[in-house]
Amino acid sequence: MAANDIIRIHRVNFYYGAVRALTDISMQFEKNKVTALIGPSGCGKSTLLRLLNRMNDLIDGTRVEGEILFEGRNIYAPQVDPVEIRRKIGMVFQKPNPFPKTIYNNITYGPRLNGVSAADLPGLVEQSLRQAVLWDEVKDILDKSAMNLSGGQQQRLCIARALAMKPDVLLMDEPTSALDPISTAKIEELVEELKRHYTIIIVTHNMQQAARISDQTAFFYLGNLIEYNKTEKIFTKPDVKQTEDYITGRFG
Amino acid sequence: MTAEGGLAMQEKHHTSLHFEKELQEIKDGLIYLGVLTEKAIQQAMTSLEARNAELARQVIREDDAIDRLDSEIEERCIKILALRQPTAIDLRFITTAIKITGHLERIGDMAVNIAEKALQLIEEPQLKPYIDLPRMAQLVGDMIRNSLDSFIRGDLKLADQVRRTEQAVDDLNEQIFRELLTFMMEDSKSIHRSLMIMQVSKNLERIADHAKGIADMVTYMVTGECVRHRTCPAP
Repeated sequence: MAANDIIRIHRVNFYYGAVRALTDISMQFEKNKVTALIGPSGCGKSTLLRLLNRMNDLIDGTRVEGEILFEGRNIYAPQVDPVEIRRKIGMVFQKPNPFPKTIYNNITYGPRLNGVSAADLPGLVEQSLRQAVLWDEVKDILDKSAMNLSGGQQQRLCIARALAMKPDVLLMDEPTSALDPISTAKIEELVEELKRHYTIIIVTHNMQQAARISDQTAFFYLGNLIEYNKTEKIFTKPDVKQTEDYITGRFG
Repeated sequence: MTAEGGLAMQEKHHTSLHFEKELQEIKDGLIYLGVLTEKAIQQAMTSLEARNAELARQVIREDDAIDRLDSEIEERCIKILALRQPTAIDLRFITTAIKITGHLERIGDMAVNIAEKALQLIEEPQLKPYIDLPRMAQLVGDMIRNSLDSFIRGDLKLADQVRRTEQAVDDLNEQIFRELLTFMMEDSKSIHRSLMIMQVSKNLERIADHAKGIADMVTYMVTGECVRHRTCPAP
C-alpha cells in the first residue's frame, strides 16, 4: 500500500443475490485527491461507492467478497462498526436531502448524536458552513427551515452536514445531477477547495465534470474496472479502446 | 490498434451521427485543401520552368480560395471544441486538424512566394537550366500528399517517411545554395537572379518543414505523443 493511499480495494466481488455487480475489483484511492468513477448506467460505479462506507449493508441479500482497507483496516471485518465507518467516510447523494429541520439543526444533528458538547456546536456550524461556501448566504437565517433553500444551497448544506462529522473521505454520488449550471459550478469549485483537507470520490455521468474536477478517473463497464489512470491521460489518450469508445460517445 | 490505425480508431460510429458528419466534413475539407496547395506548388514551379507569367498570376489569385477554406475548416474545428467538447481521439483529431489547416495555408502562401519570384525571373534571361529545383518540388509534393494520406489513414510509417524525406529536401536546398554561390562569385550580374532562385529553393525547403509538421501531428494524433521537437528518425 503506497503511503498516500487512504483506501485500498483488493479483489472485491459484490453480489445482489445471485447477480454479480462487481467483478474482482482492485484499486487504490489516494489521500487528498479527487477520484471520479465513470461508466454507463449499471456498470457498478455507484455500487462500488456505496461499498466504501458500507451503505450496501442496508440492502438485503447482498454479499461482499475481498477486502476494502481504510487506512489499512478492513472495513468489512466482523468487529468493525459500520456507523463508525460512515462517520469517517461521509456521503453526499444525488438529490439534496436535508432534514426537515432548521439549517442549524441540520448541521448539529449528527455531531450531537456523537456527543459533541453544546458549547462547541455554534463554532462547528459556522466552520462547516464556511467550508461548504454557504455561510455568507445563510448566516442570518440559521433558524429557518432548510427546506426553504434553493436546490444548490440544499446540496451545499448536505455537504456541510457531512463535513460537520469531520470525515476523512467524502463520497459523492452524482452530487450535481439535479442542479442548475451555476449551482453545479459552485459545487465543483467547492470540491477543488475541499480536496486540500479531504479525499473525495465522486460518481458522475457528466464526462466534462469528471475531466474538470478529478485527479484520477476510473472507468467501469459491466461490473469490471476497465481503466484507472490520471484524468488527463484518460481524456486525452486512454490506454484501453473501450474507455476511448465510451468517453467519445461511441458506445452501444 | 488496428492495422489501419489512426482514424480507423474511429471506425465505431458516434452515438451522435451529426457529430460523425461534422468530423467527416473536416476530413473532406482538409483533403481538398491539400489538393489545392499541392496544385498551387506545381503550377508555381511550372510557371517558373515554362516562363509562363499568366500561370504565376493564377497561383497568386487562387490563394484566396486556400485562405477561405483554411478559415472555414478552423471555424468548424472551433465550433466542435465549443459545442461537442471532444475527448480522446476526437480531441486529438480536432487539434491535429487545426494545426494541419494552418500548415496547408502557409504552404499556399509559399506557393505564392514562388510564383512572385517566377514573375521576376521571367523578366530576365534564364540563368541556368533548372535541374535540382524540379526534383525538390517533386519531393515536396510527395511529402504533402504522403503527410495527408498518413493523416487520413493514421499511418505512422508513412508519417516517418515524410520526416525522412525532409532531410533529402534540406540537402538539395544546401546544394542549390552552394551552386548559386559560385554563380554569384563568378558573375555579379547573376546575383539578382541567383538570390531569386535561392528564395524559391528556400520556400520549397520551408514547405517541406510544414509537411513534416503535418506528419508530426499525425504521430501525435495516433499515439498521443508529441514528437515535434525530436530529431529525424533513422531510415
